[in-house]
Amino acid sequence: MAHKILIVDDEPNIVISLEFLLKKEGFEIALAGDGDEALAQVAAFNPDLVLLDVMMPKKSGYEVCEILRADPQHGGLLILMLTAKGRDTEVAKGLAIGADAYMTKPFSTKELIAKVKHLLGVV
Amino acid sequence: MLSGWFVALLSAAYFALLFAVARFGDARADSGRSIISANVYALSLAVYCTSWTFFGSVGRATTGGLSFLTTYLGPTLMLLAAGVIIKMIRISKTYRITSIADFIASRYGKSQLLAGLVTVIAVIGIVPYIALQLKAIAASLDTLFAGSGHAELFWGLDSAFLIVIVLALFTILFGTRHLDATERHEGMVAAIAVESVVKLVAFVAVGLFVTYGIFGGFSDLFAKAAASPELAKLLRPDPARAGAWTALLLLSGLAIILLPRQFQIIVVENVDESHYRRAVWLFPLYLLLINLFVLPLAIGGLLGFNGQAVNPDTFVLTLPLAHGANALALLAFIGGLSAATGMIIVETIALSTMVCNDLAMPWLLRSKWFQADRRQDLSGLLIGIRRAAIALILFLGYIYFRAAGEAYALVGIGLISQAAVAQFAPALFGGMYWKQGTRAGAVAGLCAGFTVWLYTLLLPSFAKSGWIGLEFVEQGLFGWSWLHPQALFGLSGLDEISHCLWWSLLANTAAYLAVSLLTKPDAVAASQAERFVDISRHSHANANSQQARLWRGKASSTALVELLERFLGAARANQQLAAHAQARGLADWRELPADAAFVHFAEAELAGAIGSASARVMVASVAEEDNLGLEEVLDILDEATQVRAYSRELEAKQQELEAATAELRSANDRLRELDKMKDDFISTVTHELRTPLTSIRALSEMLHEDPDIEAADRTRFLNIIVNEAERLTRLINQILDMAKLDSGRAEWETRELDLGELAREAMDSLCQLFREKNVMLDSTVPEHGPLVLADRDRLMQVIINLLSNAVKFVAGGAGRVSVTVSAADGLARVAVADNGPGLTAEECSVVFEKFRQGGNTMTDKPQGTGLGLPISRQIVEYFGGNLSVESQPGKGACFFFTVPLLAPEEQSEK
Repeated sequence: MAHKILIVDDEPNIVISLEFLLKKEGFEIALAGDGDEALAQVAAFNPDLVLLDVMMPKKSGYEVCEILRADPQHGGLLILMLTAKGRDTEVAKGLAIGADAYMTKPFSTKELIAKVKHLLGVV
Repeated sequence: MLSGWFVALLSAAYFALLFAVARFGDARADSGRSIISANVYALSLAVYCTSWTFFGSVGRATTGGLSFLTTYLGPTLMLLAAGVIIKMIRISKTYRITSIADFIASRYGKSQLLAGLVTVIAVIGIVPYIALQLKAIAASLDTLFAGSGHAELFWGLDSAFLIVIVLALFTILFGTRHLDATERHEGMVAAIAVESVVKLVAFVAVGLFVTYGIFGGFSDLFAKAAASPELAKLLRPDPARAGAWTALLLLSGLAIILLPRQFQIIVVENVDESHYRRAVWLFPLYLLLINLFVLPLAIGGLLGFNGQAVNPDTFVLTLPLAHGANALALLAFIGGLSAATGMIIVETIALSTMVCNDLAMPWLLRSKWFQADRRQDLSGLLIGIRRAAIALILFLGYIYFRAAGEAYALVGIGLISQAAVAQFAPALFGGMYWKQGTRAGAVAGLCAGFTVWLYTLLLPSFAKSGWIGLEFVEQGLFGWSWLHPQALFGLSGLDEISHCLWWSLLANTAAYLAVSLLTKPDAVAASQAERFVDISRHSHANANSQQARLWRGKASSTALVELLERFLGAARANQQLAAHAQARGLADWRELPADAAFVHFAEAELAGAIGSASARVMVASVAEEDNLGLEEVLDILDEATQVRAYSRELEAKQQELEAATAELRSANDRLRELDKMKDDFISTVTHELRTPLTSIRALSEMLHEDPDIEAADRTRFLNIIVNEAERLTRLINQILDMAKLDSGRAEWETRELDLGELAREAMDSLCQLFREKNVMLDSTVPEHGPLVLADRDRLMQVIINLLSNAVKFVAGGAGRVSVTVSAADGLARVAVADNGPGLTAEECSVVFEKFRQGGNTMTDKPQGTGLGLPISRQIVEYFGGNLSVESQPGKGACFFFTVPLLAPEEQSEK
């Protein structure tokens, strides 16, 4: 069975590219455009991994991550944070609040796929 | 009828009490536990209230009404000038001043002449005043015995003489315990404070008795007074006497400082500067209380003895007596006695110090007998002289009292005395604040003032007493009417006191100023002037070191020690020498070098005993002194001034440095804040740049790696890439633009332009965009104008930005945007209104911040950079205008900006 990935980003063009990229790799994909939508989709779609943008309207990626990590129902959920803010403090903050991995935009598509597969244990 | 013996016993008991208090005060002072507190000091100031106040003010109120109040208001006002008086106290303590004569003489170069002159004026002015006190005591005894003659004879002596003897004894015992006149007489001061309490209690008791015992309280008394036209006059301030009021205020204000007894109590006997601060309010309160019942007593007496020939000056006694209150009358008598004796004691101590140091000493020091034997111990002699002076002054007072009797010259002496000592004012106050005042000026001023006083006040009072011919008073000297002593140079219409005060102080001050300006001080006087005027800068240690620098010469320790032993007595001299040696870190005073500091110490010690002028002469006689010229002294003083100036400069520099540090710190904080803002800005810019770059990179990598992507996807992706690249370009351009505006490096081409025309042009350039999205664009723009001064391209950029924002947010098809250009109140206004979704109040407030974009859903991602509005606002503000928005959610938004209209004159110039 294909792994399910939720893409959360407020930038439509990035969503388009990520969706295309991951679908091609055979993942099952769902989309969300802000923090609130992301939480709703996690509940509805029950993904294995979330690609989470940090700078979003309504709820930021950090807030979403904290809420998800506080919920024991989603204990096994993997979170890969994506951010255009590349400062060390932000990376550290993301990891501190429970993200499994962190990537800075713009990313290399190969690296992204590799990281996603690595996290999901798909080789 | 009161028994003479009983009164005698009572008086004796009262004196015994005073002796006991004084003894106790001295014993405590000797054991180092001073009883002089701020309250005792303040009370002792009330030695100002003599029997002339105690009995006389009631008498004055019966004729002068409220004018007796001046003797209360003047001192109160003077004491409020605390800075002046504290400076006086500080100078006196620093330079061991013994009397007011010493103060003035010391300031003007330790002049024996000046000290003698002040002493003579004081003695002439004050001795009759002492006589007046004796007369008051005698008169009160007479009243007590209703003129039965008891007062005249006790054991064949008259009572006043007995009292003189007791007072002489008291004053000698408690006033000349130490030779050092700067040593305080704490026992005497304590006794004076007790006397102050006694006279207050006595006076208030009589006041209460008359007001509430004889009459039905204040309102009854004043109602009865108001009913009589004669008495009602007393209750109203008389405008015709305003001049006299002013003169009396001035006179009593000066007297509180300048009367020798007041100077003695306020300055010489002051233990602690801080006591003065208590006196500033406590003493006026005392005066208020003792004056409270003056008017009731005056009215009560006038009403009670209606028509009877009773001397108003005796109302304090006669009113209780007339109503059978003998005990109260006795209390009033003791009160009057305390008022009189307090004044006599302190005045005599002060005068005897002056007479001894400033009249007897100079004469003694010049005498052959003194020159002949240089070894003799003079301390005993000095005390002897001072004691003799006390006896002499009291005896003179007694003689004057006997001789003058009821004469006018005695009755009016209170104010006449005060007018005499008022002559010290210019030299004293001038000396404290004006360095240019010279000895010659002070002598000239004192002589002029004293002469005028003599001629306009004292001699006429003698004439009115029938001692000298009255002709000169009536016709003027030599029959010249302009020399009329009470209307000098035709100045008539003033009462004699005001007249004398005006002319004498005018002559005094004018002579002091004029002669001071015309003469140069000698070396000693110049340095003393500096020390007195700048006392606050000469702290004790400081003063000593500077004084030492101002002395140069050769002295022998032996000679100086001999001198001290001679005048202070061996025991006292050794004690002081040991203290001085210890202060200089030496175990034995015999090791003291005969240097300037030692000479200065010796002179200061001598000054405390024999006055600064005599001390100077004595020290000069045993030391070979190099005379420092005036120039040299001024140089040294100048140097000190320069050192002070340097230190002041340093202080200023330090303050400047501190200020600079604070400025730097705040600048640093500002920079740090700016740095943080820049950091945030860069972080935001980075984010904004990375976002389009992310799509471009991801999509192009995918296209690059997978040649088999369907054609439709490929086209879509390439389209996105192109759009995102355009967005990136726009973003970079605007960031550069913003940076230029922020740093002020933007170039502006400001000229006159037609805003209406500009708006039409902007709309034309965007009409294609509107047509594509099917949005209606209408406008209300005048044909010509409004004219403004601005950069055409920049303002065009603003309008286009507003229009493209509007078209971006309105719905296609139903969208409608309208442009309005108008002018009002000196401002041109351009508004761009749309019927889009509108903005919340919160959005309205942040929409002009950098990188804030309206619209936030995935479906409606705006293609803006978040920099358009901030840039537009900066442009508009550069031209002195304003860019803002009015909007409500769902009701569209209206962005508008204003720019100042071109002023009409500028238009015509163009």
